[in-house]
Amino acid sequence: MSEAVVRAENFRHFFGERQTLRRINLEIRRNEIFGIIGPAGSGKSTFLRALNRLNDLVPGSRTEGTLEVCGQDIYGPGTSVVELRRRLGMVFATPIPLPRSIFENVAFGARMAGVKGRARLNELVADSLRKTALWEEVMDRLDSSALKLSGGQQQRLCLARILALKPEFIMLDEPTSGLDPISTMKIEETLRQLQSEFTIILVTNNTKQAARVADRTAFFLNGEIVEVDRTEKIFSAPSDQRTNDYILGKFG
Amino acid sequence: MIAFSAVSILLIITIFIFGEGMPVMVKYGLRKFLFGLDWFPLERSYGLLPMIIGSLMVTGGALVIGVPFGLACAVVLTEFSSKRLRRFLKPIIELLAGIPSVVYGFIGVVILIPFIRDHLGGPGFSVLASSVILGIMILPTIISISIDSLEAVPRTYREGSIALGATRWQTTRMVMFPAAKSGIIASIILGMGRAIGETMAVIMVAGNAATIPRSLLDPVRTLTSNIALELGYAAGEHRQALFATGVILFVIIMILNTIANMTSRKRRP
Amino acid sequence: MKIAVPPRTEQGIIRALLWLLTAITVFILFFIIFYVLKRGLPVVSLEFLAQNPTEMGKAGGIFSTIIGTIALTLLAILIATPMGVGSAIFLTEYTRENWITRMIRFGSECLAGIPSIIFGLFGFILFVTKLGFGWSLLSGGLTLAFMILPTIIRTSEEAIRSVPYAYREVSFSLGSTKWQTVTRVVLPSSLPGIATGVILSIGRSIGETAAVIFTAGSSLHVPTSLFSSSRTMSVHFYILAREGISMDNAYGTAAVLIIAILGINVLAYSLMNRFMRRYC
Repeated sequence: MSEAVVRAENFRHFFGERQTLRRINLEIRRNEIFGIIGPAGSGKSTFLRALNRLNDLVPGSRTEGTLEVCGQDIYGPGTSVVELRRRLGMVFATPIPLPRSIFENVAFGARMAGVKGRARLNELVADSLRKTALWEEVMDRLDSSALKLSGGQQQRLCLARILALKPEFIMLDEPTSGLDPISTMKIEETLRQLQSEFTIILVTNNTKQAARVADRTAFFLNGEIVEVDRTEKIFSAPSDQRTNDYILGKFG
Repeated sequence: MIAFSAVSILLIITIFIFGEGMPVMVKYGLRKFLFGLDWFPLERSYGLLPMIIGSLMVTGGALVIGVPFGLACAVVLTEFSSKRLRRFLKPIIELLAGIPSVVYGFIGVVILIPFIRDHLGGPGFSVLASSVILGIMILPTIISISIDSLEAVPRTYREGSIALGATRWQTTRMVMFPAAKSGIIASIILGMGRAIGETMAVIMVAGNAATIPRSLLDPVRTLTSNIALELGYAAGEHRQALFATGVILFVIIMILNTIANMTSRKRRP
Repeated sequence: MKIAVPPRTEQGIIRALLWLLTAITVFILFFIIFYVLKRGLPVVSLEFLAQNPTEMGKAGGIFSTIIGTIALTLLAILIATPMGVGSAIFLTEYTRENWITRMIRFGSECLAGIPSIIFGLFGFILFVTKLGFGWSLLSGGLTLAFMILPTIIRTSEEAIRSVPYAYREVSFSLGSTKWQTVTRVVLPSSLPGIATGVILSIGRSIGETAAVIFTAGSSLHVPTSLFSSSRTMSVHFYILAREGISMDNAYGTAAVLIIAILGINVLAYSLMNRFMRRYC
């Protein structure tokens, strides 16, 4: 079994008075696809955003307990948030290309990190687009606006944009919720191919998606982890009745 | 630091205008300034009452002309005409707000003044002429803001009223006006501010006699023109008296601003 | 006793009345433009634009006043734009709503309501007299800059606010700093909106008379330095018309003024429309 690269110990999160995550204890291992399922408002997105500290942007956000990435307490002193966010690339629920060209979208993160030189950027962009199987489709119009791509293409562009950061983790927050089945399939395929290089955390409200791609899956409910286990186990013989009910569609 | 530029500039302006204007006001007493009838700067007589009354008359006149026309225009464009006409006319009317005030004044001089002189009597340069020109100048402001606030009324209000069998006009009067009231009032106050503060156009058509006008056809001098007419050559105490005029104008405008600010804030709680 | 008029008839009468008022309004507003253009355009020629005024403006063209207008407007924009955009960025990106932002906004709104003659008074006492800049481009430019600042703040603030929040989130999640997010994502996206505000301010600067005449003076020479006194087209027009120097040249100047301002406003509108289409 490979080492744990994310470790949450008694991790709690609050928005003002409201507690959104309660006593999260969790380990995510290198190069696995870790699925997080649960109904809306169960805290799965909040957990994801806690990992790259995107919750910090919301007034009144605060945390307790520890959350470690590669052995480093990310809420401890001396953590560079900018650095952290580069290591944990994130894809959002709706594809949000920035209003600029395809090339500039993919190169954005690298540029912000200070990468210069057209040749290096060209290579980086091409490489990232190939990994998301988008290269063939857009190679002849890299300079046209990213907003003109289809929804599925846009979401793969968002994925490519993250790969260009050379991150260690890919975090996806319900990445296919707005996409058609074929685009969804393409994204899932891409994720499996990327698994050898990255640790992937996939939040999804589509339980079947977790069943299809995740190695291990956690079930979140009301800000708590009900159960974490191998995906086959969760979907075939969950140890908690609530997990069973959720998977069978009795609620959520 | 940059962010405070607006506030600090406001502060600096206030300090300088008051700093220049207050000493002379204190020296002769506020009462003499506010209620004195005679403006003879060379004889150290600085009564501003004719100008205060002049400003009020001209502004009132501008509102009497500008408000009905402006509101009629706003109502027609939102309630009684096609959306296409509104799309076409509204930007054009807003463009007219950008025409320099001196151009309006000039039109007053070459068209309105001779017309008044020939048909109504008097010298032509008058309260009436100033009111008409200012009334026209504030039209774009009133029309554009009133249209915005009428458009902001939820469509369901209008549909609900029409569904109850009200005519378009009844709906406008009983439903749309009350719902858009604060926006419309704000537009009128802004128009009023523009009318009180306008200088060059008024100088050109008002005649500028520093006496209280007896009729609409008499010449008039406003607070703004009082400053602009004499600042070029005034010195010493005379100049300070002009700043005192500025102080009074400033206070009037601030009061109007605050009222407009409060009414428009109520619109968006 | 109220006479009962059937609602339909009442509506008919009122409707006719309202349409009449509207027609008059629109007619008057259009009439002004067409009248000035009709009388002024025949005067405008290449020589009129390219020659300096002679005999106090009685003869010759308006070249020096065009240069004066451009120089003064440019100066005002160069001073006010960084201040205004800076304020807007601070208001939207670097603070939460609190008494400070409310104070800044109130200050800016008050500033917007101050009549131009007060700006003229202020510029005259501070820049011309106290700081000893005299009647000059510098005094006029600073005064105008102060006058247009609120417009630039308000339009920039609206433009920056209309940039979707998600863009900021994406930018941060890709490892940008706050400053990078503001300069590389927020500002480029709000640029057309900011430009609209700047262009509207240019229009206002060009048309302004009261604030300029007491700060920039009315010299008819082409300005050579920041400290030269200079006459703008609006001031020139005012003096020509008020002192009855030359009605023909006054019409000509007014026509040039109106065309310049209408052109600038049309530009602002088309920019604004493009901006709206992108986000709505």
